Amino acid sequence: MPVARAKPAAPTDDKRWRIVETRMRRLGNRPDALIEALHSAQEAFGYIDDDALRYVGASLSVPPSKVFGVATFYHYFTLKPQGEHTCVVCTGTACYINGAADLLGAIDSSFRVKPRETTSDGKLSLLTARCLGVCSLAPAVIIDGEVEGRANPTEIVGRLERL
Amino acid sequence: MTEPIPKAPERRPRRRPDVAEPEGPPRATAYVCEAVSCLSAQAHDVLVGLGERAIEAGMTDVAVKRVGCLGLCASGPLVQVRETGELFSHVTPDDLDGVVKALSSVSAGPERAPEAPFFARQVRVATENSGRVDPESLEDYVANGGYDALRQVLTTMTPAEVREEITKSGLRGRGGAGYPTGLKWNTVAKAEGSPKYVICNADEGDPGAFMDRSVLESDPHRVLEGMAIAAYAVGASSGYVYCRAEYPLAVTRLRKAIREAARGGYLGAAVAETEFSFEVDVRLGAGAFVCGEETALIASIHGGRGTPTPRPPYPAVSGLWNNPTLINNVETFANVTPILRNGGDWFSAIGTPTSAGTKVFALAGRVVNTGLIEVPMGTTLREIVYDIGGGIVDGREFKAVQTGGPSGGCIPAEFLDMQVDYESLIGVGSFMGSGGMIVMDDTSCMVDVAKYFMDFCREESCGKCVPCRVGTTQLHMLLDSITRGEATMDELAQMERLAGMVQRTSLCGLGQGAPNPIFSTLRYFRHEYESHIVDRVCPAGVCKITPSAVPA
Repeated sequence: MPVARAKPAAPTDDKRWRIVETRMRRLGNRPDALIEALHSAQEAFGYIDDDALRYVGASLSVPPSKVFGVATFYHYFTLKPQGEHTCVVCTGTACYINGAADLLGAIDSSFRVKPRETTSDGKLSLLTARCLGVCSLAPAVIIDGEVEGRANPTEIVGRLERL
Repeated sequence: MTEPIPKAPERRPRRRPDVAEPEGPPRATAYVCEAVSCLSAQAHDVLVGLGERAIEAGMTDVAVKRVGCLGLCASGPLVQVRETGELFSHVTPDDLDGVVKALSSVSAGPERAPEAPFFARQVRVATENSGRVDPESLEDYVANGGYDALRQVLTTMTPAEVREEITKSGLRGRGGAGYPTGLKWNTVAKAEGSPKYVICNADEGDPGAFMDRSVLESDPHRVLEGMAIAAYAVGASSGYVYCRAEYPLAVTRLRKAIREAARGGYLGAAVAETEFSFEVDVRLGAGAFVCGEETALIASIHGGRGTPTPRPPYPAVSGLWNNPTLINNVETFANVTPILRNGGDWFSAIGTPTSAGTKVFALAGRVVNTGLIEVPMGTTLREIVYDIGGGIVDGREFKAVQTGGPSGGCIPAEFLDMQVDYESLIGVGSFMGSGGMIVMDDTSCMVDVAKYFMDFCREESCGKCVPCRVGTTQLHMLLDSITRGEATMDELAQMERLAGMVQRTSLCGLGQGAPNPIFSTLRYFRHEYESHIVDRVCPAGVCKITPSAVPA
């Protein structure tokens, strides 16, 4: 039998929590809204911190262990803040055949950053994607949301340096 | 009054900012591709620029129209003149003179397809609206016969008749396994339990595959119409599209299509003024490959970790919320509407006796014309790679074509004349998969390719069953030592044994399919493995085998 609970308060008075709250409410605050809620939290804040995990869990009546389990199971969710700029290198098959590894190598040797890491000055986060679905433009890189097709290492390092 | 009041800048006639639309029927129409590939190459600026140029040139009878994927993604942004079929590639916003000139001299007429072999060899069924219909406009979809099939089904056919037509068509699941669609629909229809659900699997995880993305971006209403017909046929009243979060444009267009279709009376309560009702919602994936497996997908819609469960029970009997659930792939749903419109016999006449219809392939890798193609089942690999694909980049030598993603295999040159259908691909140790087709030339090392896919499976293994979780890691380590020139022939034999064990004992398709790239490369390219081990040389020059690695 459902027990009436006090509605959990948002961790801060940041307006972005309203987006997360609305999304959860639209889905009836049911436990199966967990992934959708995590998506909207990440979209609003860029990453999902402990406060967000607790808030979402409490709102949907999902225990923290399960919230953490789900948030870490899916690659798309990130629990760490991203750098000022992000660079996503696609490592799908077509990009692999066309030299995605060379791109990662060149970025590492210029910026000392490996996939899923952020440079020590917090400027650049390097990510990889399983496949962005722009295989025709392989190898593909997304810099701050913009797709760069047929990327070559020199050009990409140059673009990242100018950021 | 000393200064004149500054005059407001002259207003352009109000048009939709992104699409030029003449008042009457247009004399000429320019189709501008706005799928992800072309959009990332400034296609939207081309669209806007072309609309402005048309207005400047006083061509009020020319329409500039946003359309979905035109197919030849390698040469984007693409613009096609509807009346002549003339295709402009690599169009830039600064260089529109050619297109404007072509538009100015066109006279009105029926639509013509481009003449290049890339287009002429294709047969469009699932993607017939791609590159013709505005994916963000319900009116345009309806104007092109959209939702007619749904209306006809709801008013003139019983659910059993719809299932009968699908069974007669011979349609098989386009997600990879090729399970007969009619059989699946019948199982769900006969299963006990209510409410029933329809799920569209748009979690296109295979690296190198982008068919579903393209269909959703180019023609989202087609998928919704197919789902609604399926729901009617199996007795469901709600459904989900489970789509990858990595496809933001597809998600946006899909959500918009759902909103507009509901407003237009094609979804929601009382569809097309009948008693049938059908609600659809989108659920986002979150980057887990295993969620393409149907039981894992259901676990994910339930809001949990995407781990598969043993089958049976199959989702058709006990799926979402333990109720009967029909799960079909995007492309399968896209085929439903034309089947109901033209009849099951029409569809089964296309393709081969066991694999009816067409298949959409994402052609990528070391081939000239990369992009999206749809060909009848039974087309040979040579036609796909050379006639449609335009051959290998830089005139290099064809080595293999990889199909089926991480569960598939590599098909060598000796099978280029093989007809592509479900059975023949399995016969050569590969797999239809969702339709990714990656062409490799002599710059690819097949051991490294096997390692690449094993790395993928190792990372994507959900960890639930031991053979997959541990086996894929061990297999990857063995492959890694081969590519570093440190393995022995004994280890190669050990790898083969382990691969067989993982294949036989894993819980779901991910683990069962994971060893396939090893088996298929060993079957056709064993000499490459042996060169790495015995001669310590990578024939393709990909693997860095250093002299210092030689054991003393």
